[in-house]
Amino acid sequence: MSRRGVRIGAAFASVALFAAACGGDDGGSSNGGGPAEGSLEGQTIEVAAVWTGAEQESFRLVLDAFEERTGAEVQYTSTGDDIATVLNTRLQGGSPPDVAILPQPGLLRDLAEQDALVPVNDAVSAAVDENFAGIWRELGSVDGELYGVYWKAANKSLVWYNTEAFDDAGVEAPETWEDFTTVVSTLSDAGITPLSIAGGDGWTLTDWFENVYLRVAGPEAYDQLASHEIPWTDQTVIDTLTILSELWSMPNAVSGGPEGALQITFQQSVADVFSDDPQAAIVFEGDFVASVINAETSATVGENAQFFTFPSINGSPTSVVAGGDVAVALQDNEGAHGLLEFLASPEAAEIWAAQGGFLSPNQNVDLSVYPDESTQQIAQALIDAGDNVRYDMSDLQPAAFGATPSAGMWGILQDFLANPTDIQGTAQALEEQATAAYGG
Amino acid sequence: MTNPGSTAADAQSTPERSEQVGTSADTATDGGRSRAVAAAGQAAGTASATTARRGGRSSNGSGVTGASRLMAVLFLAPAMIVLGTLVVFPIGWTLVRSLFGRDGFQTFVGLDNYVDMFTRESTLRAITNNIIWVAVVPAVVTALGLIFAVLTERVKWGTAFKMLIFMPMAISFLAAGVTFQIVYDAEPDRGVANAIAVTIHDMIFEPSPYSGARVRDAEEVAGTDAAVTTVTDDGAIDTAQPVSAGEPVLFPLVGIAPDEIPSEAQQAPSNVDGEGLHGLVWSDFVRGGGGTTAVVDNGERGLPGVEVEAIRDGEVVATTETDNEGRFSFPDLTDGAYTVRLAASNFAEPFNGVTWLGPTLVTPSIIISYIWIWAGFAMVLIAAGLSAIPRDALEAARVDGATEWQVFRRVTIPLVKPVLLVVIITMMINVLKVFDLVLVLAPQSTQSDATVVALEMWRVSFDERNQGLGSALAIFLFLLVLPAMLFNIRRFRRDQS
Repeated sequence: MSRRGVRIGAAFASVALFAAACGGDDGGSSNGGGPAEGSLEGQTIEVAAVWTGAEQESFRLVLDAFEERTGAEVQYTSTGDDIATVLNTRLQGGSPPDVAILPQPGLLRDLAEQDALVPVNDAVSAAVDENFAGIWRELGSVDGELYGVYWKAANKSLVWYNTEAFDDAGVEAPETWEDFTTVVSTLSDAGITPLSIAGGDGWTLTDWFENVYLRVAGPEAYDQLASHEIPWTDQTVIDTLTILSELWSMPNAVSGGPEGALQITFQQSVADVFSDDPQAAIVFEGDFVASVINAETSATVGENAQFFTFPSINGSPTSVVAGGDVAVALQDNEGAHGLLEFLASPEAAEIWAAQGGFLSPNQNVDLSVYPDESTQQIAQALIDAGDNVRYDMSDLQPAAFGATPSAGMWGILQDFLANPTDIQGTAQALEEQATAAYGG
Repeated sequence: MTNPGSTAADAQSTPERSEQVGTSADTATDGGRSRAVAAAGQAAGTASATTARRGGRSSNGSGVTGASRLMAVLFLAPAMIVLGTLVVFPIGWTLVRSLFGRDGFQTFVGLDNYVDMFTRESTLRAITNNIIWVAVVPAVVTALGLIFAVLTERVKWGTAFKMLIFMPMAISFLAAGVTFQIVYDAEPDRGVANAIAVTIHDMIFEPSPYSGARVRDAEEVAGTDAAVTTVTDDGAIDTAQPVSAGEPVLFPLVGIAPDEIPSEAQQAPSNVDGEGLHGLVWSDFVRGGGGTTAVVDNGERGLPGVEVEAIRDGEVVATTETDNEGRFSFPDLTDGAYTVRLAASNFAEPFNGVTWLGPTLVTPSIIISYIWIWAGFAMVLIAAGLSAIPRDALEAARVDGATEWQVFRRVTIPLVKPVLLVVIITMMINVLKVFDLVLVLAPQSTQSDATVVALEMWRVSFDERNQGLGSALAIFLFLLVLPAMLFNIRRFRRDQS
């Protein structure tokens, strides 16, 4: 749901922006856990983010802690899903919020290129180096300049399964791709449809591709493909498509058959696995599957709904395809820098982590604060992956290629799911559309 | 346009219908009045436009003084300002924007967006789909509306029926879209359309008992007593080599959900005896796993009711069914070699209904739901037109001996023709800009198959973030709607004069 909102919101980002002043004076001294006590007495800071409801309440707790520590007053503005529009309007009006939390790296880049962002100061930079794997620094930077602190993350390398189905077939959670395919064929032998694939939502298919690609080609090639430095006809892409093709075309492997899968939305694909009358045993997607399970089915995460990390392929190390929200400063003042510094600290992340519905990319967060074992494991996987974390590739593409329903990556991979034998043609189509999107 | 004169001429030219001449002449005298009545009905919706025009005419006609011109300007000003900012300015802005590239007003690209528009596969698809929409929907909606209107005039519970048919108009398109999403859901357990299709299909053709089942392949049965098999093109399972009586023929099947096995099925025997050609068909999977592949294990059940054929020289010589333990035998076949076949009918894929929202059917499916929504609108307008028809014309035709069909065809339709035209034109404009229903109903995977110009404008502008091309599409859509609008305005003018 929010994914779509984000997409539509980001769609308004093409409005022209006014430049905001930028500079780099040093505010607040680091004491390891954010700005010094009482250092921001009397300041008022405005922070804008997409969260509403329960998420807003959890974030408010974080801000309360910041207020208590620094003496600053923080005003939270919820932008709804259209954060790009809200920020652009505010920038045009000359009064942007001090800090904004952006749901997409593309928006960070857009804003930075329009000079609307303030680079972080040394204290924040040091905190990011201390608390985050290097990849998060890269993701928060544009042209080598660090603008953002990754505050919230999503782990999109999880495979969820119905434990009853696994018990009936006598299989266990696999760790390698070979084991995974054995599990799939054994489930199929047992008369249980193994995979529920949300072919109706193209983004789930791009996540399949990205996870396999990251493991087949490795992080460096992933970066090159993401920036279109290597073509989509590269051998690594062919290999990835071949692996997916072999899995998807196994007999009775996909619930509803390829054509039927193209009609299934993400929510439905999860419900199909964990409903009282399950249609399939396994569904792949991110940590947010847990909330769909809770909302749509009577299954319990951690009991009859469990997960394993996306299997390793040819001995690939633990790797995670991630999403995330990045905090940036739009005003150059002590308060904004102080808040970013606080958000980069493990103390801040632990406050929301304890509330649930939150993953922190911060490696110094005490995992025991997460409310349940499942979340701890998901967070652990994200931290373990370290520099092998990569941002969701389709989110890094031009929108025409990475985020348009039934076109670009989404549409081509949907065609591929319907007809998994056409590997060369699929790679060719991806390359053509990528070229068009980058050229246009 | 209504032309009673030509109707009369037609009637005259056909001698056997000469009795209608009088009727038609009556129609001709009443034609002007009924047209005025119908026009008054239409004008209700555009009262403001008409009023504005009248005002204009009178001020021109009577040589107004400066003061009353000032008054006219003052009265017109609010409307002019609102229309200017909300209609004229956006059209102009869109036109200018369509001449620039995707990155705002930085690159002037001239007419490139328009060239792009007519060379892109997706926009061409959108235009084709729009043509289908325009060709089908206004005609069908008007025809249905006319039928409903005429029929409801004659029945007592006509008003109740009209209310029912009109009710979809009261639902927002979004809600109607969501409703039809459920109707069209491909899964028969959820989608009403497919639930009906599957129920009817399964009543006529008996579903296969073991659909989706597979036999262990040659690699898996290697080293066991199980038969090496081949699967024919139509899905039947044959022994790869001819077999003869004596040794049992074993078929280990997998891919059958435990709850699909009939309840009378029993543990498969590990020793298969029988007279003549005989063998066993069983489900080679122990719940919870752990069995030996292609060997009968404890907990593996025989499959009852599997149709088995013995074939010699390509001819089916005997047919039998497995028993509750999965055994079969052909006691009469004691010598010679046969191919044993598990008939394809055992394993045929179940009929799962139609993929209504798949690539081929998505546009017709959406059109049906659209017609469902708009038929009531057409019916109400046409019924209003019908009620304005002078009864004496119809009566006169009947007295002259016209059949009901002739009355309908030669009197009613010419008299309501103005209303029919209004409905058709209105529907054309509506259909050209159809958007919400397609966006809601078409799953993402077939959005590009179902796309129409208005949806393509949205996709290009906000998904691909190319507002230059999006604006060009908007202008194109505007140009498409323009002739229909001009036609309507001209008609109002003529009716007024």
